[in-house]
Amino acid sequence: MAAKKFPVEAGHILLFARSIGDDNPAYMDEEAASKTEAGGIIAPPTFVQSSAQFDPDYFLRPKIGQPWFGSGKNPTGLVRTGGGGGGGGGLHAEQHYEYHRPLRAGDVLTATTLPGKTWEKEGRRSGKLVFSESVTEYRDQNGELVITARGVGVRTERPVEQK
Amino acid sequence: MALNASKLKVGDVHTARLVDDLTRTQIVQYAGASGDYNPLHTDEIFTTKVAGYPSVFAHGMLTMGMTGKMLTDYVGDTRLTKYGVRFTSQVWPGDALDASATVKAITERDGKTFVELDVATTNQNGVEVLSGYAEARVDP
Repeated sequence: MAAKKFPVEAGHILLFARSIGDDNPAYMDEEAASKTEAGGIIAPPTFVQSSAQFDPDYFLRPKIGQPWFGSGKNPTGLVRTGGGGGGGGGLHAEQHYEYHRPLRAGDVLTATTLPGKTWEKEGRRSGKLVFSESVTEYRDQNGELVITARGVGVRTERPVEQK
Repeated sequence: MALNASKLKVGDVHTARLVDDLTRTQIVQYAGASGDYNPLHTDEIFTTKVAGYPSVFAHGMLTMGMTGKMLTDYVGDTRLTKYGVRFTSQVWPGDALDASATVKAITERDGKTFVELDVATTNQNGVEVLSGYAEARVDP
């Protein structure tokens, strides 16, 4: 995920925390958060995933005026060519984070993503699996490393069979 | 409210119920907050007719996020140093999820004390949906 400027905003943290069912005051109540060890509003551990909002090219967000692969008049707005089974550009297989310091409301991050390894495996429930890794560094307004993220995506040959 | 190393021992288990009945609306909330609008998670027509799945299913990152609440409630705010997972099964609307953190080791590095945890989340059928680890700084 590449976001040149990812402003970490208290309102966004509130919406994100609600969506994961977490009502920790450290994420949403400025006064309560000021009395914690954090000393102010912080972000939940997986919050940086929402840097997608600030990646202008993020492929899983509809682009204004362009066809979208989800349903509208038809079950999909695109004629798909090739690609894996399961639709939607593959599935998320792994996610890893290293936290170098707490992420706070008011930080402005820059995300830089480098591709990692790719490998293949034969899956029992979905045919050939192609894994690809990427490493994203999130740095703050001073260039200091805040979070290192490593994600692994998988493309399946066909939808994952259900037991 | 951080943990104290002196009160922890290998094998200690902390558990939490993450969700009783995962709703499609919560998945929509997560899509909106995270910016991952993949129709596999919110668009039943696309997911059943085009992608070939029985219904929409949760973002892996929603399960990781909910499991993260169990972790931060246990180790305290700002204490996590590492958190990583594999998504081992899909999570569906209607699922009930339980998560656990098991103390694997207590370590020291640069004069600080850390707890290493094994992390797992399972559904109402006992199927593991997430498997991972975490590390957190603890008080001595």
